[in-house]
Amino acid sequence: MLENQMQKTSALITTMVFIRRSVLHSLRNVDALIMAIALPIMLMLLFTYVFGGAIDSSGHYVNYVVPGIILLCAGFGSSSTAVDVATDMMNGIIDRFRTMPIQSINVITGHVVASLARNLLATGVVIIIGLLVGFHPNASILSWCAAVGMIGLFILAFTWLFAAIGLVAGNPAAASSYGFVLLFLPYLSSAFVPINTMPKWLQGIAENQPITPVIETIRALLMGGEVTNHIGLAVGWCLLILVVSIYWSTLTFKRKAGRR
Amino acid sequence: MNELAIQVNGLQKKFGNQMVLEGINFTVQKGEIFALLGPNGAGKTTLINILSTLAEPDAGDALINGLDIKSNKEKVKSSISLTGQFAAVDEMLTGTENLQMMGRLSGLSALEARSRGKKLLQQFDLTAVAQKRVKTYSGGMRRRLDLAVSLVVPRPIIFLDEPTTGLDSRSRRELWDIILQLAREGVTIFLTTQYLEEADQLADTIAVISKGRIVATGTPEEMKSRIGKEMVELRNDKDEIIHEIPTSGRIEDIRQIIEDIASGVPEGTRMSIRRPSLDDVFLSLTSEKEGS
Repeated sequence: MLENQMQKTSALITTMVFIRRSVLHSLRNVDALIMAIALPIMLMLLFTYVFGGAIDSSGHYVNYVVPGIILLCAGFGSSSTAVDVATDMMNGIIDRFRTMPIQSINVITGHVVASLARNLLATGVVIIIGLLVGFHPNASILSWCAAVGMIGLFILAFTWLFAAIGLVAGNPAAASSYGFVLLFLPYLSSAFVPINTMPKWLQGIAENQPITPVIETIRALLMGGEVTNHIGLAVGWCLLILVVSIYWSTLTFKRKAGRR
Repeated sequence: MNELAIQVNGLQKKFGNQMVLEGINFTVQKGEIFALLGPNGAGKTTLINILSTLAEPDAGDALINGLDIKSNKEKVKSSISLTGQFAAVDEMLTGTENLQMMGRLSGLSALEARSRGKKLLQQFDLTAVAQKRVKTYSGGMRRRLDLAVSLVVPRPIIFLDEPTTGLDSRSRRELWDIILQLAREGVTIFLTTQYLEEADQLADTIAVISKGRIVATGTPEEMKSRIGKEMVELRNDKDEIIHEIPTSGRIEDIRQIIEDIASGVPEGTRMSIRRPSLDDVFLSLTSEKEGS
């Protein structure tokens, strides 16, 4: 009973210590931090002022594209988790964590939570820049909360996926290039252009991949559209990715003990 | 029975088709410094990984502090601390932060972790760089922090995998002093090294490992006495060794040697007498092995 209690406290403290570690890493990796904040600004301006006019000449493209930019940035932001995790796995420190009487997998949890914080910050930047360049959302407080929840769940799911990729990759360079492939998903969705403008064969892909329902859910929540069409699929996709990625990460983490 | 810190019995490990450990047996007494001496690729790191619960053996068993490494993994972890071959510290954090992080992970309160960290930084002469990121540390400083981190919570058994590889001789000596001090405090130390001098300086017991087998075990003195005799060494004018002759060291013997060789050696040859080094032991052991 008492032992159980101690175990629990220790797992909580372990997680907190690892979160603190990863957040400090994030804050001190100045290049990456600047990138995490500059990227949303640049993408927002690029899509609004450069591509926007050609895609939708009415000038309201910004209202269409904000959810897409949010997910694009969140994707970029969480992909660095693959590199962070792969770097840790190469370093001797992981062996030290593994040989301590703690749940060492929480070192990954630390990276995931830091990524969540980083990317929610980036999401905030996207929204603020969006508002500055003419984004006119039409949402209640409740819808805003739901939208942030949806974005958070998306970041969480993809960060765990990138963590699993980082664990499998074996070195930071490989982790970075495997992760890169995933970053194309938002382009093949309804993030930037409506799906019915795509060739037929591409529509099949775009309609049946996770980004599209997530985008449509966020768009509906922020712009006052019908949410029920997509939210089930969006949450389902994210939960599926989350569960599979956590399972995959845990398995790989155990399998790689003693091998660097 | 209770006096044994480590007991290893028929330990085997295979990677693919390659036998890395071919049935390892040895025991380590509580409180001694045990050096596992061998060249690269002999199986030292694999063995230390198995004993520190990072890897599982294919056959055989091992007891750490009387606890089985397979069935009692978690308790074993509470008895040991591992300092791996490459400095296992967080480069993005400062020395202080590294120590506090490990303290917290080892179950100390924030306050305890802070004061313990401060003490260790002093003990390991790192106070001046305590607030600097480890990235900026020299190799010697990094190794000292590495060792300090593994001592945050005192563990009865410490594993050190090649603790001084890559260090300059001054840093190496500093680290030796620290290791000897630890042993005086009663900690059992299991270290691996490829330096014969290091094993000679530090160890109470040396086990020589070659190609996955322990080929000899004993005190440094016993090791040397396996060759037994002193050596007469002949060097040419370029200071290269041209001949080595074992001798008892007695005047009569040496006179005999001089008489035997005096006419046959080139002009300018110099002679000296030395005690056998562990190098001699090592070479003779490993070449015996290869010859058989």
